[in-house]
Amino acid sequence: MASNDTNLTTRPSVAVHAPGTTVSGADSANASVMQLRDVSVYYGSYEAVRGTTMPIQQNQVTAMIGPSGCGKSTVLRALNRMNDPIPGARVSGDVLFHGQDLYAKDVDPIQVRRRIGMVFQKPNPFPKSIYDNVAYGLRINGIKGRLDDHVEEALTKAALWDEVKDKLRKSALALSGGQQQRLCIARTIAVKPEVILMDEPCSALDPIATAKIEDLIFELTNDYTIVIVTHNMQQAARVSHYTAFFTAEVDEAQERHGRLVEFSQTGKLFTNPADKRTEDYITGRFG
Amino acid sequence: MTLTNNPPAAKPTLTQRGSSALGDRVFSWWTLGTGLLVLAILGLILITTVREAWPAFDAMGLRFITERVWDPNPATGDAIFGALSFAYGTAVSSLIALLFAVPVSVGIALFLTELAPRRLRGPAVTVIDLLAAVPSVVFGLWGILVVAPALVPIYQWMHDVFGGIPLLGRLFGPVGSGRNFMTAGLILAIMVTPIITSITREVFSTVPRADKDAALALGATRWEMIRGAVFPHSFGGVVGAVMLGLGRAMGETIAVALVIGGATNITANLFAPGNSMAAVIVQQFGESTGTFTAALIGLGVVLFAMTVLINVLAQVVVRRAEARMKGSVA
Ligand SMILES: Nc1ncnc2c1ncn2[C@@H]1O[C@H](COP(=O)(O)OP(=O)(O)OP(=O)(O)O)[C@@H](O)[C@H]1O
Ligand SMILES: [Mg+2]
Repeated sequence: MASNDTNLTTRPSVAVHAPGTTVSGADSANASVMQLRDVSVYYGSYEAVRGTTMPIQQNQVTAMIGPSGCGKSTVLRALNRMNDPIPGARVSGDVLFHGQDLYAKDVDPIQVRRRIGMVFQKPNPFPKSIYDNVAYGLRINGIKGRLDDHVEEALTKAALWDEVKDKLRKSALALSGGQQQRLCIARTIAVKPEVILMDEPCSALDPIATAKIEDLIFELTNDYTIVIVTHNMQQAARVSHYTAFFTAEVDEAQERHGRLVEFSQTGKLFTNPADKRTEDYITGRFG
Repeated sequence: MTLTNNPPAAKPTLTQRGSSALGDRVFSWWTLGTGLLVLAILGLILITTVREAWPAFDAMGLRFITERVWDPNPATGDAIFGALSFAYGTAVSSLIALLFAVPVSVGIALFLTELAPRRLRGPAVTVIDLLAAVPSVVFGLWGILVVAPALVPIYQWMHDVFGGIPLLGRLFGPVGSGRNFMTAGLILAIMVTPIITSITREVFSTVPRADKDAALALGATRWEMIRGAVFPHSFGGVVGAVMLGLGRAMGETIAVALVIGGATNITANLFAPGNSMAAVIVQQFGESTGTFTAALIGLGVVLFAMTVLINVLAQVVVRRAEARMKGSVA
């Protein structure tokens, strides 16, 4: 099964599990699937985030919170090499996935993204039918032939199946924002990554759609490890097991850098933060 | 005037139009006006050309488009004006042009938007745009003096190798001077590449970053990203670019007149000389009178009709394909 196979340098012919099987995780709970070690991210000469060290625990939800511009998205995108296409973007330090450095020379970023998927802030379904949105990822992952079962499974897991099962051939762009976002989640889980990165997945949604996605995130931890960026502290408190609080610091040269201030279990971070800045932020006394 | 006598400023009612409505009205009249103007000019061109061509249409009837013979000065009997051979030449040379120009243009456009390092993009675009600035008579002269003679040995080789294949071999028949359908198509391909490239490049660059990110985050390779996110987004625009290129190729006059060989000819052999409607008009207009002149204008009408027809067809195709690709919206 792919979860035990840490080879990121080659493309397996079939990278997706057979339908019906799940990635077992309960037994390995609290093992860290990813580990950031002194990770800094640069845009050109600008060091956007400085020296981040934190683990990502398996089958747990890790939340990243902090004020706007402190580098949450930047760190998140560094976790599956989504910064690669940005000209000038660069990462130093180690981003380890099952102990393997994602930025090592022989690592194929395409393999990385197949194992570590991403859901974006703004729902971004392809201008294709609902069915083809989910099928696209399956096809590029080498699944051939009838994809109906895979598509249904993914849409069901994303709690969208009942709403769309009669209009799979309709354009995904005709769905509501919340449905589009669940479609994007379905599209991501269809290719069965181990880790799903979510960048403010609910920020464009109303409270009901948000609640649906939060329930979904909870469900997904059976099979997946989740990292979620959110501006909503209640959301972080509700859905996550661990929370990382970032803030922006101004250095001697008057440059702002994102810094990880505190990482701990969510309950502890919100009730008994170790750092004064965390406390100020979560109690709303932030600058 | 006393302050107390000031009437209260009238509150606008909801049914009343604000001053901004004037701008909206002007804008909508203006766009409607320019739209109608274009239609009127098109109509005017059609009416006047049909009127000028009428003597030929009248004399030939439907044979004007079904007849392959074009003989303005027969030894005996009436002149015969059949547009079919030239319509064939226009179609074949333009198709060859698209066959070469479209893959090349789309390739260049993809390279420039997705692959090329940023500092290479500007210069590359300039070079391609320069190609568009070369006057068509220069392309024609270059074709007749350099390209056609240079291609003869290659045509000969293709004839020797593929000529024997049943059916397909008929495309690669005996080679003459090098001035033929193929050479005309190749010169046209070079001439339409810049316009197709620059429009497809614009179209590709409008694909949202979010769509490309979505594909990449699913583990798409660059090519899979292009197929999954870039093409569905730009299909309609690319077809539009191709249609503009096709319009240019079908209407190209002087370059084709110089390199197509100037024969009234319908043949599968791409290495045989032929002629196109636009080329015939420019070659023969000076020496024509009366019905002959009318017949040449008639060629123009047929060309115009063909272009319009193809554009309408293309729009139907785009709408169908987009509905299939993107899923129906309703
Ligand atoms: N593509 C980019 N090029 C250059 N600088 C960037 C780029 N993306 C982000 N930055 C800079 O990096 C810093 C961190 O940005 P980032 O988007 O990671 O913040 P964030 O914590 O996600 O903010 P928000 O909560 O508003 O989404 C900011 O100063 C931003 O200006
Ligand atoms: Mg962000």
